[in-house]
Amino acid sequence: MKRLLLLLLFVSGAASAALAPGSLPDPAQETRARALQKELRCVVCQGESIDDSNAPIASDIRHLIRTRIVAGESNDQIKSYLVSRYGDFVLMAPPLKPTTWVLWFGPVAVLLGGAVVGSIVVIKARKRARSMT
Amino acid sequence: MTAEIGQIALTLALALASVMAVSGLIGARVTATVSRQIASSAAMGFAVFVALAFGMLVYAASVSDFSVLNIANNSSLAKPMLYKITGVWGNHEGSMLLWMLVLALYSAAMAFACRGGARLTSVALGVQGLLAIAFLLFILFTSNPFLRIDPPPFDGAGLNPLLQDLGLAVHPPSLYIGYVGLSATFAYAAAALITREMDAAWARAARPFILTAWIALTIGITLGSWWAYYELGWGGFWFWDPVENASLMPWLIATALLHSALATERTGAFRTWTLLLAIAAFSLSLIGTFLVRSGVLTSVHSFANDPERGMFILVMLVGAIGGALALFAWRAPSLARGAAFEPVSRETALLINNVLLVAATATVFLGTLYPLFLDALTGTKISVGPPFFAITFVPLCIALLIVLPFGPRLSWHKASFAEAVRPLLPVLGIAALIGVIVCFVVSTEILVGAGAFALAAWVIGASVTDLSKRRVKSAAAFAVAIAHAGLGVSLMGIAGTTLWRVETLALLGPGDTAQVGPYAITMGRVSRDDGPNFAAIRAHIQVRKGGQLLATLDPAKRVYPVEQQETAETAIRTTGLSDLYLALGDERGRGQFVVRAYYNPLAPFIWIGGAIMALGGLIALMGRVTVRRARSAEQAVPVL
Repeated sequence: MKRLLLLLLFVSGAASAALAPGSLPDPAQETRARALQKELRCVVCQGESIDDSNAPIASDIRHLIRTRIVAGESNDQIKSYLVSRYGDFVLMAPPLKPTTWVLWFGPVAVLLGGAVVGSIVVIKARKRARSMT
Repeated sequence: MTAEIGQIALTLALALASVMAVSGLIGARVTATVSRQIASSAAMGFAVFVALAFGMLVYAASVSDFSVLNIANNSSLAKPMLYKITGVWGNHEGSMLLWMLVLALYSAAMAFACRGGARLTSVALGVQGLLAIAFLLFILFTSNPFLRIDPPPFDGAGLNPLLQDLGLAVHPPSLYIGYVGLSATFAYAAAALITREMDAAWARAARPFILTAWIALTIGITLGSWWAYYELGWGGFWFWDPVENASLMPWLIATALLHSALATERTGAFRTWTLLLAIAAFSLSLIGTFLVRSGVLTSVHSFANDPERGMFILVMLVGAIGGALALFAWRAPSLARGAAFEPVSRETALLINNVLLVAATATVFLGTLYPLFLDALTGTKISVGPPFFAITFVPLCIALLIVLPFGPRLSWHKASFAEAVRPLLPVLGIAALIGVIVCFVVSTEILVGAGAFALAAWVIGASVTDLSKRRVKSAAAFAVAIAHAGLGVSLMGIAGTTLWRVETLALLGPGDTAQVGPYAITMGRVSRDDGPNFAAIRAHIQVRKGGQLLATLDPAKRVYPVEQQETAETAIRTTGLSDLYLALGDERGRGQFVVRAYYNPLAPFIWIGGAIMALGGLIALMGRVTVRRARSAEQAVPVL
């Protein structure tokens, strides 16, 4: 039942669209706010960004972002403030730190490893092809 | 009676699966002819009984037999007949039975076609039998759809309204045909390792199963993405949701396998690598099933949450993957034959394809599982969302698409790069031209847009050249050109929607107007529009372009009282080139409604591209069947 209610909340949130509490008059600042919203996660939702979510907390954070943008803060300052309040969980792309090295460098390692092994395979195959003729 | 017949049929299926497993594996002995025949017959019987059990559940659902717990929990009298039936696999127990049905049908097909010889088939059936035993035990002990409830309720609890939709009725069976199709290739791979029969004949035997699985996964993912687009009301087509990722990973590896098996079939290259990919593809299907079914993820797709089931699947997962990898480590070295080819050759192109696809799979794998792993181990919660995949996954795809047109033009063993590239030069010119045009047409994200469209033109153009210059001599080459072009078409759709989407959020009362891209939308009246099992309000919104009335769109909001849930029924007006997408939100007093409107340029191309890719796969599959028939006809001539 609890799950059902959660889902209910979640779905009605999805259906009813996140309405901005009042977009900024400066279009450049508004664009910045929208972009920033997409990089932040709604911490009480399931995989939704601040931009998508209709949860009250998301609406509060949208307001907070705009207030801080108008106050002249940079994106990084706003992000680090939110991280200090909600932890790394709030960032849609996790920060690079020892605990996330595997996540960020894993794919690179696979790619490099693949390239090395692939090159060896090609070199050996070439040797065999040459020795046959 | 139906539930009891179903239960008995499942138990008999378990017995036959055991016979299939044991006699199939004994069939590895060269002299065990009878054992191989038993395995083959057992596979047929196994399929019949699983089909009977499935039929019983469908029948019980269609007559709303609420004395069956599963149906009482997931159906209701008011539900339309179509969704009563498709609802059978809209819940955990039923979907596991569907999984089993697909596995049984594949086993029967393997026994019937007997590709790759009696011995290979027999051992493959043995492996299928082992998988079937594990899954049947899982169904019977933790997810039995035939449990009764006494007294039966007067009405059922209903089906999640999000799932009461035609797209989603077809999506799970399609994905399962893909997932489980990979079990057939997994079984063939294990059989190759056990019998030490790994050659071009193996690749020919496994290929129809790889292709079928790949086509089904392509269709399943495309449908899932389309469903998410029109049903969830967010206007997006891919959310990097773990459940979506769970279907993407097997698809990526199946794509790699398709290419690698091609090399194995034609030249005998990459034998052990092909086997490893076959094992990995099904392993990822199992991991996907685990992620979705165990409830370790909590997302919109996750409607099962039971640790007992999770543990059972985990044990099965470790057994199947661990067993197969151990077998691989033991036997693969003796099967390896060093390939011989020049650095400039089709083989090298396929190798690059494989490295990039595997790295892409690694990004999805880590992005999906690492947060769970980190949470379980340290309690640290992190989010991995679209920005992560934009940095890691997308560059790999770009690299893949850049090299893609070269592959089909290089010949096996030894190719001339200059000769392969020459016909591509005009395509390169056109692609560059399109890139430049895009630079002038659009105002934001110029370089990304130009790059994306140049790349799409490069991929599609190369395929079109292949088709037009009649370089295409076989159904296979034709299929390759079509499938590759489909990828380019999808890319155009993804790029167009991502870069140039216009999103408007507006609070509209009657007569209010908002601008969405080139369209002006005017709110009209709002009416009640109740259905058999839901209450709905529907807005009538006029769409104008340049003052001219084009259409009236009717997005709606539904409330399902039985399930206590709301859904958005989006209204989409498509021109084939772009979509106008409207979703109706909450009422905010004084007759004003929140309306979420999107103008999505090129959005339809995303799914059209997916369909074209699947069509390419289908041509390859049909071509294969025709060639085989023609061959057997040739062979028949001397006898006559």
